[in-house]
Amino acid sequence: MFDRIQTHWQTHLATATNRRRLNLAVLVIPATIWLFFFFVLPLLMVLLYSVLERGIYGGVNWQFTLSNYQRLLNPIYWGVLGRSLWLALFTTVACLLIGYPLAFFIASRPPQWRNTLLLLVIIPFWTNFLVRIYAWIIILRREGVINVLLSSLNLIDQPLDLLFNSFAVTIGLVYGYLPFMILPLYATIERFDFSLLDASQDLGANDLKTFVRIVLPLTLRGIVAGCLLVFIPAVGEFITPDILGGAKTIMMGNLVQNQFLGARHWPFGSVLSIVMIVIVLIPILIYFRIADEKLKAN
Amino acid sequence: MRRALTLQHRWDLAIRLLGRVGLWGITLAALMFLYLPIAILVIYSFNRSRLNAVWRGFTLDWYRSLFAGIGETGADVITGQIWDALFNSLWVGGIATLVATVFGTMVALALERFKFRRKTALEALLFLPIIIPDITMGISLLVFFSLVFQLVQTVTGVRLVLGLPTVIIGHIAFNISYVAVTVRSRIAELDPALEEAAQDLGANEWRTFYRVTLPLIFPGILSGALLAFTLSLDDFVITFFTAGVGSTTLPVFVYGMIKLSVTPAINAISTLMLMASFLIVLTSLALQRRSLRL
Repeated sequence: MFDRIQTHWQTHLATATNRRRLNLAVLVIPATIWLFFFFVLPLLMVLLYSVLERGIYGGVNWQFTLSNYQRLLNPIYWGVLGRSLWLALFTTVACLLIGYPLAFFIASRPPQWRNTLLLLVIIPFWTNFLVRIYAWIIILRREGVINVLLSSLNLIDQPLDLLFNSFAVTIGLVYGYLPFMILPLYATIERFDFSLLDASQDLGANDLKTFVRIVLPLTLRGIVAGCLLVFIPAVGEFITPDILGGAKTIMMGNLVQNQFLGARHWPFGSVLSIVMIVIVLIPILIYFRIADEKLKAN
Repeated sequence: MRRALTLQHRWDLAIRLLGRVGLWGITLAALMFLYLPIAILVIYSFNRSRLNAVWRGFTLDWYRSLFAGIGETGADVITGQIWDALFNSLWVGGIATLVATVFGTMVALALERFKFRRKTALEALLFLPIIIPDITMGISLLVFFSLVFQLVQTVTGVRLVLGLPTVIIGHIAFNISYVAVTVRSRIAELDPALEEAAQDLGANEWRTFYRVTLPLIFPGILSGALLAFTLSLDDFVITFFTAGVGSTTLPVFVYGMIKLSVTPAINAISTLMLMASFLIVLTSLALQRRSLRL
């Protein structure tokens, strides 16, 4: 009798576990299969293409070669790589310098104001990326707003060349990625205990010291997250330099696009894409490594 | 001693004043930086001047030219194509959002409610499409489709080309991750006791999901879907590499216009897209407010 109940209970448990397994499989499989076929497999093919010879009309010849990687040694590509890194870094710093005070301002307002202010910051970024970048053409081009304004004030004789250079690209990048800096910063600063400011003041520190010694260390996590979120997409950018940079200020993304659609050298384009992925993954892996160690230390 | 103290005090006050002024100043300047370009775009979409930024009077010509080909757009090719592009965008956004929302929600449930081996691997798989540069995803899909199409042609003789289906496939691939992240955060806030209670009261798993979990995480699913739809409508790069002839979406269309020549007609279409996104956002905010009150 007792045995029977026990076996019954065990089979019940077993079916429950099986059903749970089935449920899990049903939930996981569609997304996993989709991402395997249309994300992982394509990336593996890029990896494969990078060691194949270039075909005559685009595409590839099925011949193994490392010459595509050798081509990376050409200083021309180092220049583009350097510019991409430099522009992305500059953009990140500029976003931090604008974004931190803005996020701090919003987080230190009374609660009923915060959401409205945050909304005010985010609204421009719901508009299409291309539209936002295009707006800067209207402002910066030779016949644009700034030049017309300056010449009507008789401040300049010749229109200034503000468009199609690193300056224009940087402005476009900062404009495009500022919210990625502000949101994580705001999330961290909002959780900051503002009574610590009073405590610090009571102990005799002035605002500067309080900021450097208290506020900055306690919001470092938001700063790091914001910088990563700006740097990563900025370094892989392709539209902003394409529209605001012209032929001289190309970044890695433009080089990749050119190899695939213009020069039709898919294997070398693949090599460049792999370089881009590596550049993006390095800071992320470092970030996770540090976060992991902190977790273990605690 | 006293003198030194006041000096120190003055210095502290100066720093405080500088901080206050800086905070307000930078905030105001940043808000202007954010809104000025958009405002200028809208204003100049009504400017009669075609060539430069001098104000030559109010006109609606640029809007008319977009839809009817009346007036001077500088690009006659666009007449009518704008509607095709809009419909393509809505189709792509609609289907991609639907599929990605279902798949993304499912995988989010699995990650929050189940323990299994290789969970970290699955999380990494979902994380990668978010961080990898758009252009690498775009070209990898281009490589993938061209290889698959070659294979299909040699095996069956059928010649496949890039088009709306390939665009939709790519959009689903990047949207799944965003939906999963959004929905997952909502499920994480959910008290598991509610589901356990339902099961204790005799509901089976499906019934528990349908009657308890789904209604509770529905706002999360909705915001995930909204995010997916927005990203899909906004996407240029991945569409650019996976679209073929006749599958131009609105951003690709606008890109073509910008590349062709700078005309105020672009300001007009930009202004319209701006208005559309504001409308969508305000509606969703209003809906969220209402669901919060309920």
